[in-house]
Amino acid sequence: MEQLVPLLVALPLGAAFLIVMIAHAGPLKRLTTPLAVLAVLVNLLIAGRLLWAGALHVYVGGWGQGQTLGIELVCDGLSKLMLIVINFVALASIIFATQYMRRFTKVWLFDALFLLMTGAMSAVVLAGDMFNLFVFLEVAAIASYALVAFGCESEELEAAFKYLILGTVGSAFILLGVTILYSLTGHLNMAKISEALRTIGPDSPGVLLGGAAIIAGLALKAAMVPFHAWLPDAHPSAPAPISAMLSGVLIKASGVYALARVVFGVLGVSPYYANILIAMGLLSMVLGMFLAIGQWDFKRLLAYSSISQVGYVVLALGVAAEAMSRAAPDRTVAALCLFGGLFHLFNHATFKSLLFLASGSIEQQAHTRLLKEMGGLSRRMPVTSFCCRIGALSISGVPPFNGFFSKLIIIIALVLSGHNVLAAVGIGVAVGTLLMYIKVQRYVLEGEPSDAVAAAREAPAGMCIALVLLTIVCICAGLALVPLRDLLFTPAGEALLGALP
Amino acid sequence: MGITIYLLTFAVLLVGLYIVVAKKNIIKIIVGVLIIDYAVNLLLVLVGYRSDGVAPILSPGQTAADLAETGVDPLPQAMVLTSIVIGLGITALMVSMAIRLHQKYGTFDMNRIRKLRG
Repeated sequence: MEQLVPLLVALPLGAAFLIVMIAHAGPLKRLTTPLAVLAVLVNLLIAGRLLWAGALHVYVGGWGQGQTLGIELVCDGLSKLMLIVINFVALASIIFATQYMRRFTKVWLFDALFLLMTGAMSAVVLAGDMFNLFVFLEVAAIASYALVAFGCESEELEAAFKYLILGTVGSAFILLGVTILYSLTGHLNMAKISEALRTIGPDSPGVLLGGAAIIAGLALKAAMVPFHAWLPDAHPSAPAPISAMLSGVLIKASGVYALARVVFGVLGVSPYYANILIAMGLLSMVLGMFLAIGQWDFKRLLAYSSISQVGYVVLALGVAAEAMSRAAPDRTVAALCLFGGLFHLFNHATFKSLLFLASGSIEQQAHTRLLKEMGGLSRRMPVTSFCCRIGALSISGVPPFNGFFSKLIIIIALVLSGHNVLAAVGIGVAVGTLLMYIKVQRYVLEGEPSDAVAAAREAPAGMCIALVLLTIVCICAGLALVPLRDLLFTPAGEALLGALP
Repeated sequence: MGITIYLLTFAVLLVGLYIVVAKKNIIKIIVGVLIIDYAVNLLLVLVGYRSDGVAPILSPGQTAADLAETGVDPLPQAMVLTSIVIGLGITALMVSMAIRLHQKYGTFDMNRIRKLRG
């Protein structure tokens, strides 16, 4: 079982290099896309198998448990949840891409970069030491910069350059924070840093400086509101499967997951960090929603809505940290907050990638991304429209779909922890989200077809399979709430809370 | 030397940050990002430094404990090496994107490269 953990990283990375090689080997060229699909599928199966394995600590490269150095891979409840999310969304996206990417040249390059990004994200969620976390954040980020610019049109290059500059500055701040923590504690391993910080005291100025640098860098990767400027340009400019990966999992794996891991597992909860998370989550929720309602470009609306929905997750994490940092830590409320937040993270990954993929298939058939030029697509593209509608209902929190349950749990947890104002804002943003997606339904699917979309036809089968796959999860995750909680979310929350004293 | 060298490193970081925020020329922005990168690498080396320390190479007859007494910390040096390699990859990507942007827009001025709206 332990041997499977490094394979989760090695398999996609190895397959990426293999694809680059066979792309230059004549007749083997056709195998690149099937190989990419196979690699992601095997990775998903391994991640699923590890669910029943308990928490694993694997030391790579001959280092042992007793040594202060070494590369540790930690596969606990939270890592397992993230591995399932990453590889499942990656599978849906790469299946969608088999048909969608046909209009591009050099698809092998896309496949290789896609696998690099997937493998690096799997490594980010498995990393047990801070420097490894930084390195794999960078690998995932470099692949994503190149993928945003994949079309090489002027808008795409402009968005990718903006993303590249801001992302690199963010990474430099993460490394700065890691350096400061190393100089204070002499460790890179997360558990050991956390132990050493308890003796130094979490309020000493050096620790706060290091913590602030890391949190600022990670918030930039998660596109929380003061740092969100790159996201609405970068996510819509990428090809649709990549938009789904970026909005669905990249901002979560390299932003939200890393924030949660660093705050709970390394720095230790303190009112400073809790308040920063709450403030960023709140601002993102509200501003993201207002900016999204005003958009007329379908993919841009979805990108702003990502900022708003990720705000919910960060808010829930912040309130959990706040509940644990009180004089009398309230573990039950913190666990409920984390359950809601992580469930919303899972749900947002499914329905936002579903909506981005649906927008891609609509864009391909209708040749437009502007809402006002679409219309009447529910008759022209029945499968895509049905899936798009389920995704929109889920994200706007209509029962019995999954988005309703996660928002409900977050709001109940906010009330229980005594934050009635935050709960009211949460309800308000949920109503705003509903309005935003009623607008999408009204302009895209209903009404009379305009001349521009009269020729639109149903998307090819491969794209529909990917959409249906995500739709099934959207419907089932809401109904299978209790088994999913026991299998995925309770161990994930325990992994975060268990790291605290 | 004391704290001065750390303050100077911090000043280098601020110079880079100022360039990224204030300048509008793509090439200058790239230089700014590189300066930030160098400042962080410099800090990383400084963290492992000790005055009068020797290079952390184990000579014959010397035990690891002896070396730990006199040598500088080798771990930050390994990290700096990794960080420099990542910086190289990022620089190559930034420069190639700048070339492509120049082909499309015919300028390096960020004020004239704005097809995307707010």
